Amino acid sequence: MPSSFEVTIRPRRGWQPIDIKEILVYRELLAFLVWRDIKIRYRQTLLGGLWAVLQPLIAMLIFTFIFNRLAGVKSDGPPYPLFAFAGLAPWTFFSTAVSQSSNSLVSNQQLVSKVYFPRVFIPLGAVGALLLDLGLTLGFLVLLIFHYRWPISPNLLWLPVFILAAVLAASGVGLTLSAFNVSFRDVKYAVPFLIQMGIFVTPVIYPIRYIPGHWKILMGLNPMAGVVLGFRYALLGSPSPWPVMGLSLIVSVVLFIFGLLIFRRMERRFADII
Amino acid sequence: MLPRDSLRRGLREVLARRLAAPLRRFRGSSRFSEAAGREHFWALKDVTFNVGEGDVVGIVGRNGAGKSTLLKVISRITDPTEGRVVLRARMASLLEVGTGFHPDLTGRENIFLNGAILGMRKAEIVSKFDEIVAFAELEKFLDTPVKHYSSGMYVRLGFAVAAHLNPEILVVDEVLSVGDMAFQKKCLGKMNEVSRVGRTVLFVSHNMAAVENLCRRGIVLDGGTLVFEGTSKDAVLDYLNLISGAHDSAGHIVDLSADSDRRFALGPLLKQLEFYTDGNRPLVESLLIGARLQVRVHFELPDLTADFNVGLGFNNAYGQRVFTADSQFEPNRPAGARVGPQVFICDIPSLTLTPGEYSLRVWLDIKNEEADLINDAVRIRVIESDYYGTGKAPWNGTFVLMHHWYAEQTVKTGGVRLK
Repeated sequence: MPSSFEVTIRPRRGWQPIDIKEILVYRELLAFLVWRDIKIRYRQTLLGGLWAVLQPLIAMLIFTFIFNRLAGVKSDGPPYPLFAFAGLAPWTFFSTAVSQSSNSLVSNQQLVSKVYFPRVFIPLGAVGALLLDLGLTLGFLVLLIFHYRWPISPNLLWLPVFILAAVLAASGVGLTLSAFNVSFRDVKYAVPFLIQMGIFVTPVIYPIRYIPGHWKILMGLNPMAGVVLGFRYALLGSPSPWPVMGLSLIVSVVLFIFGLLIFRRMERRFADII
Repeated sequence: MLPRDSLRRGLREVLARRLAAPLRRFRGSSRFSEAAGREHFWALKDVTFNVGEGDVVGIVGRNGAGKSTLLKVISRITDPTEGRVVLRARMASLLEVGTGFHPDLTGRENIFLNGAILGMRKAEIVSKFDEIVAFAELEKFLDTPVKHYSSGMYVRLGFAVAAHLNPEILVVDEVLSVGDMAFQKKCLGKMNEVSRVGRTVLFVSHNMAAVENLCRRGIVLDGGTLVFEGTSKDAVLDYLNLISGAHDSAGHIVDLSADSDRRFALGPLLKQLEFYTDGNRPLVESLLIGARLQVRVHFELPDLTADFNVGLGFNNAYGQRVFTADSQFEPNRPAGARVGPQVFICDIPSLTLTPGEYSLRVWLDIKNEEADLINDAVRIRVIESDYYGTGKAPWNGTFVLMHHWYAEQTVKTGGVRLK
């Protein structure tokens, strides 16, 4: 152990830089927290990991029946069920990740008040653990693609970018909400409602072309709009407007950095008020 | 260091308050200050001390003295409002046993999780895994979720992980107060081992025997300030004085003239008792095992006589006499006839009774007649100390007597002294 080690603890006020060095030192713990969340996620359930697929699958069936069959909403090319599932896969990831991570600090009070490590790991670990669910959902989506004999598009290479964007967006929102949740438990009530509403301002059920021309770009302010469009673009080869996707990508990155900063700013009082 | 006003009220509560008293905010004072009664409460204030490499420091103080806050600030869990802490080595803190244990995970999984949370690397946990399991004595239940563990098993697992931490500075809060007696002793032994290899340890405990034995230095906190710093032995004594309120000076003097629980043939002749302990310091109530007890008995002899004796009897909580100190046993007792006010001093160099409360009976006999006797004149509490130098104090039996254990001498190995 280096004898040159020195840490000074002093009052922190205002905005704090993100301590990347410290995060690297503790990186193994982040892996452990992700591992823990995966382990306990489906413990003592009958269906286990199937839940990851079942939720978007059932939503897809209902959406197909109500919006496609009854209301006559059309897809942007592929069969509607495939279209809906490709949007529901990232949306389910995002909504679950946001609700899990926004509650993560409060449900891990012990970790906040009894031990020190970079606190950002708690909400980030919750988001990270859901990547496994996303993987399972995507696996099922591939089966669906084969089922409908839909061609694989070369755009597939873009998929990692949009997965990353989904992670950044969910983390950004999760970090911010988890920090506020420490002082204001209102977050617990607001999040399910916001998620419910969120699906309507994201082109999950309907294609982006339903939005009138000059309003389209506003969609880009919703980071998940770009992610949903991007997933369809990469997996199904759907025509997706790059300006909207590009703006969403930028918003995801900004949201993530904002989340980290606001979290760092509020972090110092967590142990006192949680 | 933490103003309590930092507790932000939920929006809902603020709304409720606003609804309940819509006029309040027009009455001048700012809307929050009135409701919150903004009192700054400093959990710690002006606490300055240095801990050198390899120091083992015990931190003692009453509940609410700021011990836990101090550890939380040092552990970086809460930010100080003012001041600073400089750490010059890797630190791990143990403020709770089994931090981050998840009830649904098995013992094995929790060892890894808890180890990582306390700052161990994966490779480190893997290499110490068998040792940890052996220490916890839970081999059979490794693959059982910890929610099925008894509380004792849970604590054993938690401490086993913590005991194998390898930081340069170890911060330990009162964690030994949980768990059964046998395991507590094992933990103390392990901590002793830890402190002997030159690690720096900060240790908060209410177990004075453990503090005295494990720590070289001691700090006493009271009301958020540092009131004493010195050897652990002196710190323990200072703390005992503190809890017994010795700082209000007259507590060690017991006036007997008003005592009604007495039988007297010649009148209330016993007047006053004064209590002192090591270093002639006034004693109030609590005495460490093996400490000196000096009782000054003030009494009056109505007639000139040489034939009298003063005595003290120690009765335990069951009313049994465990020890009698009478001036007639003293070979060098002052000779000659006396009359009027007298002070006889009974000096017990080392009172080795087991911890507990003892009721003191005091008497004066003149010409072999009971002249005055007070039952339950005062109570003395004997509390744990590190009498044997092992951190282990007896808690049953009547006396704590110095004794030694040896192994029988054999030709091959020679004598081994057990301690």
